[in-house]
Amino acid sequence: MPPMRDGEPLVDWAWIAAHLDDIALRSLQHLWIAFIAVAVGLAISLGLGILVLHRRSLFGPITAVTGVLYTIPSLALFAALIPVTGLSLLTAEIALVSYTLLILVRNIVAGLESVSPEVLEAAEGMGYPRRSLLWRVQLPLAVPLIVAGLRLASVSTIGLVTVAGLLGDAFGGLGVLITEGLQTFFATKVYVGALASIGLALLADVAFVRLQRRLTPWARAQALDATGRAAVVEAA
Amino acid sequence: MEILWATVAWLLDPAHWQAADGIPARLLEHVGISAAAVVVALAVALPVGLVIGHTGRGGTLAVNLANLGRAVPSYAVLVMVLPISLRFSPALGLDVIPTFTAMTLLAVPPIVVNAYAGIRGVEPELVEAARAMGMREREVLGRVELPLAMPVVVGGIRTAAVQVVATATIGAVVAYGGLGRYIIDGIARNEDDRLLAGVVLVAGLALLVDGALALLQRRLTSPGLRRSAPAGTPVTRPSRSR
Repeated sequence: MPPMRDGEPLVDWAWIAAHLDDIALRSLQHLWIAFIAVAVGLAISLGLGILVLHRRSLFGPITAVTGVLYTIPSLALFAALIPVTGLSLLTAEIALVSYTLLILVRNIVAGLESVSPEVLEAAEGMGYPRRSLLWRVQLPLAVPLIVAGLRLASVSTIGLVTVAGLLGDAFGGLGVLITEGLQTFFATKVYVGALASIGLALLADVAFVRLQRRLTPWARAQALDATGRAAVVEAA
Repeated sequence: MEILWATVAWLLDPAHWQAADGIPARLLEHVGISAAAVVVALAVALPVGLVIGHTGRGGTLAVNLANLGRAVPSYAVLVMVLPISLRFSPALGLDVIPTFTAMTLLAVPPIVVNAYAGIRGVEPELVEAARAMGMREREVLGRVELPLAMPVVVGGIRTAAVQVVATATIGAVVAYGGLGRYIIDGIARNEDDRLLAGVVLVAGLALLVDGALALLQRRLTSPGLRRSAPAGTPVTRPSRSR
């Protein structure tokens, strides 16, 4: 590996300066791929979460299935889809979406169930029609936990997009830079891709913490609890 | 449908169960580096997590570590270590060191976070009672807090081990062996049966490890706790304030 010999610099700054537009483009692609995955994951998880609200007995099977999906290694899942959907964006998205489900479903259900029956009764007493309780009372109150879930899902999805970069350059965002860097033995490209993807993940993390505070001024005192709690829900 | 039969045939082919790159050898490489990484991570992370859980100091460290761990994907660690480790050791720097480093770093956050959360979650009344009975701090941690926190603590180790076994697959990207070899080679050679066989083996191994550690988690949970909270239940309240 030429850049890895003694004396040669690990990072070639001139290359970075000359390729800023390429790096920016890959970063945008990276975010876009992650965004699609989290958005689709959220839509599916909301559906599943509401389903669980009506039929509690489905929670076990749903977490079991999403848990198995979560356990399958990312590289293996990407690879398993290649014979079916080819080297397409769809391949990457199916895998990425399936990894968001466990985190999001768990947090959505926890959020919806955190609304106490007294609150619902009070809402009904104030004249909210029964059908609107879910959308106008329960979901807004579940927002802190849902956003906490979105935060976890977004950060890990941004990390996983780099792995998708192993499979092809039509998707994979900054992962493509890493893969090309490895193939051409060019350390600078590897570092740019890796550090930029970490930077994006940290940015997303901070952005979601801010968003959470914005969306739920009433829950400022509980915000820390919600995120700390979510961090462990994922780890457990 | 055809490809599934081809995969089964590939897996059953005796030729793929022998030689230096046969399934048993690859499995051994895979489990070997995973086990080494988890053991090293345990040696570092478990004491740290238990102590910050017991003292309550450094709690933000645990939460930040968890966030950082999520933001830094193993693939990024792997490729960033590679150029450096190659300089230090041409023999091991290409494959073993990057894979081992990435896997160890992957295992640390869940172990620290769950150890911390588990100990913090113990009822403060029980801890106070233990102190009132004359237990030393060490005994409080070892004989009261740890047994009560065991399901959560082991849960963290379980998460770490499953993630490591699953992620060690990417070691094949930097020329390490392990079961990921079949996936990477399958893609490179355009052999879908080899690729899918690798997928089946890796996913199977990850699920097996998860199941085995779930059993261990149950075993290590005291019978009194087992009734109230079945092992594997997600922790929902880690940061009970004392």
